[in-house]
Amino acid sequence: MAYRYFATPKRKFIVADTPGHIQYTRNMVTGASTANLAIILIDARKGMLEQTHRHSFIASLLRIPHAIVCVNKMDLVDYSEDVYNKIVADFKAFASKLEINDIQFIPISALKGDNVVNKSEHMDWYQGSTMMYHLETVHISSDYNHIDCRFPIQSVIRPHTIDNQDFRGFAGRIDGGVFKPGDRVKTLPSGFVSTIKTIELNGEQIAEAFAPMSVTMTLQDEIDTSRGDMIVRENNVPEIGQDLEVLVTWMSSSPLQARTKVVIKHTTNECMAMVKELKYKVDINTLHRLQDIDTLGMNDIGRISLRTSKPLFYDVYKKNRQTGSLIIIDEQTNETIGAGMII
Amino acid sequence: MSNYVINHLRELESEAIFVIREIAAQFENPVLLFSGGKDSILLTHLAKKAFYPAKIPFPLIHVDTGHNFPETIAFRDALVEKLGVQLIVGSVQEAIDTGRVREETGADASRNALQIVSLLDTLEAHKVDAAMGGARRDEEKARAKERFFSHRDEFGQWDPKNQRPELWNLFNGRKNYGEHFRVFPISNWTELDVWEYIKLENIDLPMLYFSHKRDCVVRDRVILANSEYIKLKPGEKVVNMTIRYRTCGDMPITGAVESEADNLTKIIEEIASTRATERGGRADDKRAETAMEDRKKQGYF
Repeated sequence: MAYRYFATPKRKFIVADTPGHIQYTRNMVTGASTANLAIILIDARKGMLEQTHRHSFIASLLRIPHAIVCVNKMDLVDYSEDVYNKIVADFKAFASKLEINDIQFIPISALKGDNVVNKSEHMDWYQGSTMMYHLETVHISSDYNHIDCRFPIQSVIRPHTIDNQDFRGFAGRIDGGVFKPGDRVKTLPSGFVSTIKTIELNGEQIAEAFAPMSVTMTLQDEIDTSRGDMIVRENNVPEIGQDLEVLVTWMSSSPLQARTKVVIKHTTNECMAMVKELKYKVDINTLHRLQDIDTLGMNDIGRISLRTSKPLFYDVYKKNRQTGSLIIIDEQTNETIGAGMII
Repeated sequence: MSNYVINHLRELESEAIFVIREIAAQFENPVLLFSGGKDSILLTHLAKKAFYPAKIPFPLIHVDTGHNFPETIAFRDALVEKLGVQLIVGSVQEAIDTGRVREETGADASRNALQIVSLLDTLEAHKVDAAMGGARRDEEKARAKERFFSHRDEFGQWDPKNQRPELWNLFNGRKNYGEHFRVFPISNWTELDVWEYIKLENIDLPMLYFSHKRDCVVRDRVILANSEYIKLKPGEKVVNMTIRYRTCGDMPITGAVESEADNLTKIIEEIASTRATERGGRADDKRAETAMEDRKKQGYF
């Protein structure tokens, strides 16, 4: 998978190109995990293919907030409105089983440039915007959770210099909510409550901190807190527990079996976990659940139960893509072997 | 800020700081590879911000080929002094003198490939388990495939076909004894982002990046600074030109561009209107289509 970069006067774009074949499912999941928007390309001559199902399912599973379905190669079907409408209807029928909140359909010819940057002269029947206009204007600021305050601590900054004898700052990146100096906060797992003294970066004071900002936070009270702990609002705490239900994409050539011991990385936390049970596997084409499975193979997507060696502070993935996600690591090889979304 | 949006430069900054802090937290002996170029100067600036008011908690490593611009060395020493950070210098000249490597000969002789040996020696001598650098994915085809956390085996080699998937902001730095990581906190920045951020934050750069007059030799359409490290070929002559550098590697191989851009605003205008990538002027990349990927597999940055 390669990344490409381009910018227009309005926005900067990073493109992760992920092929649609089944053996690249793990690449699609990886690319989707950080994406704001998915562009799903459908060949107008071929209509919905297995790849389209897979792309759409993964966009939904990873909760990419926006999708553009581009019906491409319209020049090869004589810019036919009927062909386009049929594909849109087919897609909508399939997508009704998915959870993609914002879908835009655009008939284009990438080769001829129709509706890519400039409005097509061949498709008067299409009244919507061009692909580029949509990319430049789609509203992405609400893609982050700005309600539930979550600040996982990466490290503690203690300069021990004469000027900063007592400085004790918590370094990290905001995963949700809006933090302000003066807010009452709680640190997990200790449960101690304190007040935010300052939020700063490089000595500059920050009035409001929200995702995805990296900041350094200081508290009024001296609280023993370290990497892996989390600062939250006193009256809005995440789930705390050791038993997780997870939708996992398996990324290793050795199949996953129940009773396997693995390493988990979740926010800035790391711990051991036991795979207690494999519940079902999803057929990506039909979205059917296959029960009674013994293993999950490479590129399979399924639901598992995990028991972690210590309590994690998490939200369901639906609520927060950062605090609701985890990766599974092989204890022996140290390879990343699974991507998990907490449900 | 009431609508809770940060602009893309602040988002890139925030991502890079997150990655730099992860490196400091996940590894025992991380270092920052400092080339003296603008990307490593930017990286040093981001590292300072990440840990302020504490000092940068890891040393800078500079592999000195002996062919550096004198301006680069002076700038490096002043920066290290100001930040109070430890500097480790790996010397290619020393590797040549002790017979560890053999110098290329001929008019196009370059110490570029020799850096690999000195770099790996220095990393090993200091038991470095994570070396962070200022490489970006937009620079070159091989780098577009890089991860933020790039795993290297005990021989320092990179396997582009077998990279760890990177999901969300969860970086897996676990490794076996003897292996190490290369980490690229500014992977997602483009050349234009770097310059716009340098302007936004008012970061000092060596004067090489700004338009100045210099004696040059034009070789294979690449403008090279005339210096004691370059041997003139028959027919080549020294010309005084108005140039600046878009990247700063070794004097004998770093190509300049003719430019009147003597401040950041003019540089940003110039970059926004050009299409050639900054490494287009690097003679070392011209040896083969896959020159960069080949060197990276061996351990080049």
